[in-house]
Amino acid sequence: MSITVQNVTKRFGAFVALDDVSVTCPAGELVALLGPSGSGKTTLLRVIAGLEVPDGGTVLFADDDITRHSARDRNVGFVFQHYALFRHMTVFENVAFGLRVRKWPEQRVKERVKELLHLVRLEEKAPLYPANLSGGQKQRIALVRALAPEPKLLLLDEPFGALDAKVRAELRDWLRRFHDELNVTSIFVTHDQEEAFEVADRVVVLNKGRIEQQGAPIEVFEHPANEFVMDFLGNVNKLPVRVEGGRALLGETGDVELPAKVFGASANGRTDAYIRPHELDISRTAEGGNCMLAKVVHINPAGSVVKVRLLAEDFGLMINVDIAPDRYRALALKPGESVFVTPKAAKIFEPDYAI
Amino acid sequence: MKDELKNGEEPVPGDAAARAPDGVPLSSFPLHPSSFQAKRARDPLWVRVLLTALALGFLTVLVVVPVIAVFAEALADGFGAYWEYLTDDPDTRHAVLVTLTVAPIAVCANIVFGVAAAWAIARFRFRGRTLLVTLIDVPFAVSPVVAGLMFVLLFGLQGFFGPWLRANGLQVLFTVPGLILATTFVTLPFVARELIPVMEAIGPDEELAALSLGANGRQIFWRITLPNIKWGLLYGVILCNARAMGEFGAVYVVSGRIAGETCTMPLQVEVLFQDFNSPAAFALASVLTMLAVVTLLLKVWVEGRVEKKKDDPQISQTNTD
Repeated sequence: MSITVQNVTKRFGAFVALDDVSVTCPAGELVALLGPSGSGKTTLLRVIAGLEVPDGGTVLFADDDITRHSARDRNVGFVFQHYALFRHMTVFENVAFGLRVRKWPEQRVKERVKELLHLVRLEEKAPLYPANLSGGQKQRIALVRALAPEPKLLLLDEPFGALDAKVRAELRDWLRRFHDELNVTSIFVTHDQEEAFEVADRVVVLNKGRIEQQGAPIEVFEHPANEFVMDFLGNVNKLPVRVEGGRALLGETGDVELPAKVFGASANGRTDAYIRPHELDISRTAEGGNCMLAKVVHINPAGSVVKVRLLAEDFGLMINVDIAPDRYRALALKPGESVFVTPKAAKIFEPDYAI
Repeated sequence: MKDELKNGEEPVPGDAAARAPDGVPLSSFPLHPSSFQAKRARDPLWVRVLLTALALGFLTVLVVVPVIAVFAEALADGFGAYWEYLTDDPDTRHAVLVTLTVAPIAVCANIVFGVAAAWAIARFRFRGRTLLVTLIDVPFAVSPVVAGLMFVLLFGLQGFFGPWLRANGLQVLFTVPGLILATTFVTLPFVARELIPVMEAIGPDEELAALSLGANGRQIFWRITLPNIKWGLLYGVILCNARAMGEFGAVYVVSGRIAGETCTMPLQVEVLFQDFNSPAAFALASVLTMLAVVTLLLKVWVEGRVEKKKDDPQISQTNTD
C-alpha cells in the first residue's frame, strides 16, 4: 500500500511542527524520515499513524483519504521509541493484544503469537514480563506486537534510538531483512544519517518542519539539494571561498582553485564550498600545483578509512581528509609533518535569496 | 586567525585531546564524589538521641496514650458490657449503618470523579486545565464546617435550590443523601490527587499503542489504563474511605443530628458523649479507631506493593541478547 502525504501542516501553539509537507512512500518500500531533533519527523509519523490530527492537508493510504480516520481504524503497526510494551502483561499477551481486541478465535491467536515469537527467536520469553527483557528484546517484541494484526503499514519511531551501538547495528540489518521478507510498506524516523542510508530505499530529509529533499539514498548523498542537506549528511569540510571571474578560489588570498561549478548569482564575491573528506587527497609533493600546504594534526587509523586532520596555516583552515589505508601506509604520515592537500571535487550551492 | 580556524572546523568525536590547552584535566578537580561521603560529619550522639526521644515522646503523648485510653475506657466494664453498649442502642446500630452507607457511596463517587479528572489532566492540554487542578484542591483548603454551611446555603429552605426542592417534595438537608453529598465534597481530592502523578509518570504511550493496535476506548481503559493505575487507585480509595468514615464537621452541619436517622458514627459518638454516656461513646469510638487501624494496615500493605513494583527486577540478569 502506498502512502501519500499532501500539504500537511501541524502547529503546536505557536510552534509550527510541519509546514506544508508532502511526501510519497511507494508501496513495499522502506522509507526513512531523517532530520535533527525538532525537525517534525516524529510529528509526521504520528500524523500518518493517526495519533496526531493535522491542521491542514490530507493523508492518503493508496487512494483512500484517511485524514479524519481514527488511529484505531487505520490498521497501522506503530513501534514507539521507548517500546511502550504493556508492563502488566506477559510477552505473549502483549503480542496477542491486537488480535484479542479484534476478537480472533483463541486457537488462531495462539498460533499467530507463536509464529511471531518464533520469527524473532523469543519463544522462550513468552511467559515473562517486559521488565525482564533486554532493550533489544523489548524492541523485537514491540515490533512483532505491531505486526501481529497484519497491518498494511509499519511505522517505527526512532526504533533503535535507545539501544547501544552493537545491538543497534544488528537490529538494523535484521530490520532490513525482515522488511524484505514481509513486504509491508514501512516508514521509520531517525536522526542518524548512517542508519537511514544503510537501511532505507528512500530517504526524506526534514528540517524545521519542511522537507529539504527526498529521494533514493544514493541520489540524496551524491546530489544534496542544498547546504542543509550537505551539512546534515555529515562529515563535510565547509571552506570559505572567493569567486573571481567565474573561478572559485580558496581563502582570502592565493590561487588554489576548487573544481566546483560556480553559479551566475555568485560570480563575484564570497561564499562557502563543501568538500567531503574523501574528495581530498594527500601527497608529499605539490603535483599539479593546485594544492595547499597543511600540517598533520591528528590521525585516526581505526576504521575502514584513515581519518586525517590537518591545519592549512596559509588559509587558517582545519581540514578533515579520509584516505585509504594503503595510501596511508605508502605516505607513512606522522603528526606534525607538512604535506600537500589537493581538492578533487567541491560543491557550491546557489545562494538562497528567499531567506 | 582563530575565528577562521573554527570556520573550517567540523566537530569530530574524540577530538578533545587536540583542544586540551584550555580544557582542565579531570584529576585537577579537588573533590571526588566519594570524598564527600567520607568527610560528611555525622551528627553527634546526643543530638540523635535527643531528636529520637523527642519524636517518640510526642507520639506517645499525642497518639499512643489516647488510643490506649479509648480502648481502656471502652472496655472498663468488661467485654460483655462493651458489646451491649454497641448493640443494644438502636441509634448506635443505625449510626453504624449510616456510616457504612455513606462512606462506600462517597468512595464510589470519588473513584468516578478522580479517574475522570486525572485522565483529563494527565492526558490532555486544554483551556482551564490549570484551573481544574486548582479547583480539585478546594475541598482540602476549605474548612469542613464551611463546606457544610455551603450546602445549607444551597439546599436549605431559604437556600438557592430550597424553594424548588420543596415544591418538588425533595429534601437534601437532614437526610442521608445530604450526608453523602457533604462527605463526597470533603473527600473529593483524594483519588484524583493520587492518580494524577501516577498517570503522568506512566505517560500516554501504552494507551496510544493499544489504540493503534485497534482497541476502543473501553478496551483501552479496562485492559491498559486501569491495570497500570490500580495500586494508586486503591491507595486513594483507602485514604478517601478513612476520611469519609471519620468526617465530622461538614456532616455535623448538614445532618441536623437526628438520632436514628442522620447520625453517622462520629456524630453518634458526640451525641452519646453529650448525654453523659461515656462508656457507650468510648465503645463506639473504639470501633472507629479499629477501622482507622485497619485502614492504616491496608495502606502500609498497598505502599509495600507499590514499592515492590518500582523495584521490579530490572533486566540485567536476563540480558541474554
